Amino acid sequence: MLKDVTLGQYFPGNTVVHRLDPRTKIILVIVYIVALFNAYNWYSYALVAAVTLGCIAASRIKPKTIMKGLKPLIIVIVLTALLNLFYTTGTPIVPGWIITWEGLKKAVLLVARIIMLIAGTFLLTYTTSPIALTDGLEILLNPLKKIKVPVHEMSMALRFIPTLTEETDKIMSAQKARGADFETGSLLQRARALLPILVPLFVSSFRRADELAVAMESRCYHGGEGRTRMKTLKYANRDLWALLLGAAFLAGVIALKKFGL
Amino acid sequence: MSEIKAEGLRHVYSVGTPFEKVAIDNINVLIPHGQLVGIIGHTGSGKSTFIQHLNGLLKPTAGKVCCDGQDINASKQITHDVRFKVGLVFQYPEYQLFEETVYKDIAFGPKNMKLSEGEIDQHVREAARFVGVDEELFERSPLELSGGQKRRIAIAGVIAMRPGVLILDEPTAGLDPEGCAQILQNICDYRRETGSTVILVSHSMDDVARIADRLIVFSGGGIFMDGTPQEVFSRPDELTDIGLSVPEPTAIAMALHRRGVELGSAVYTTEQLVSAVKALGKGASGC
Repeated sequence: MLKDVTLGQYFPGNTVVHRLDPRTKIILVIVYIVALFNAYNWYSYALVAAVTLGCIAASRIKPKTIMKGLKPLIIVIVLTALLNLFYTTGTPIVPGWIITWEGLKKAVLLVARIIMLIAGTFLLTYTTSPIALTDGLEILLNPLKKIKVPVHEMSMALRFIPTLTEETDKIMSAQKARGADFETGSLLQRARALLPILVPLFVSSFRRADELAVAMESRCYHGGEGRTRMKTLKYANRDLWALLLGAAFLAGVIALKKFGL
Repeated sequence: MSEIKAEGLRHVYSVGTPFEKVAIDNINVLIPHGQLVGIIGHTGSGKSTFIQHLNGLLKPTAGKVCCDGQDINASKQITHDVRFKVGLVFQYPEYQLFEETVYKDIAFGPKNMKLSEGEIDQHVREAARFVGVDEELFERSPLELSGGQKRRIAIAGVIAMRPGVLILDEPTAGLDPEGCAQILQNICDYRRETGSTVILVSHSMDDVARIADRLIVFSGGGIFMDGTPQEVFSRPDELTDIGLSVPEPTAIAMALHRRGVELGSAVYTTEQLVSAVKALGKGASGC
């Protein structure tokens, strides 16, 4: 059940997008988000959309998979569309109507922005294995170590997300087998119904953390200081090209905004 | 009466992703009331997927599961009700304990059945007796007990629903030999006293060989063999071919067979081995 949630799932492949260094991809996603929030008219949106579709095509991830990832956010998307549609003042489409041309434009662009934001970030997790992703993140966040942010430990924690998902799934099944009902009842009842999942989950998380600490210590782990990696990340030529293209893309979007096209 | 029937059962995980995997395919099986069925198979052979279909936790991709002639996935209500009729004890069930006291934890299932206080109390005490949990433990926290006790309390939590079919996934995994023997004894007692159907998934051939009426062997998502222990263990070579072990007495009989000593038909319990060897001795002394 929970396994079907596509958020953060990795689809192995061997395309350019898959082979890019995870650091490059993280930086590009940030560039992409900045560009997306700087886009404000049809032209710049068209440019961002073209880049998004191009990247999806290059990654050979099926559009259907991306659509599936959007599903849990459908309510947010619809609400955004409706609110903007009805609460924007301007010239009505039909005289006397509450819906205005400005509202329609705003609604369409905002929905496009949300969809592209999700699609772009999903592309990162779909094409990067969790290990590569955490490695990349750890290296990028390295400077923060100076101000005592536990970067290494944070990336270690990410590793447990799939494990905990699996564990939650198992506990849910076990409680459902005893007739637990998570789907019906009032909000309060449903919140109470979570107790039989949360308690065992906490207990097992502590047990797991304890066991892991012992296992790591018995293999002479002494913190991230001076630790080397079996697989070190290396930038290739394609990363340079990708970053240059990313910079050009951001410059393009900003230029479109500047000249008010 | 609780009879379980699976027809053309097929389940595919992660449909439409690169991880798509057919877990079980074309499973046809009828488990009549009161039978004690052992399910054996390698890791990934589909046995866990199969048992999770029997109480509606997993929905079949194709085919159907019927309990007493009723399709268990016909409606949400039926699926919900079938959970009480078909009790499923997961592997390492002690990890599902959550209540403050042992009593409350065992009462979780009966409470979900919307029984009255009196009935719940009756169910809990009866379940605790079946698994040999002393009533003195009722007010203790389940989390502070030993592993074996936790396991028994978790099993009691399912038995307390008085299911007509009790399914246990590896109930003895990780227990010491004494704990294993006790749990198996509890299961046999439960079945004898209530006449319930019991389905036991196990890696331990010796366990299932001793207590099961019927064995279903899973391999590669399908049923590889289905018959009495006698029938199944009379084909030990096929079992070892699919990577399964055979009970110790059968292994000894096979070793003797390779050295030219024939013990006759399938041998799978210590008693059978002893009597077969004795019979051999008598025959030999005649020569």
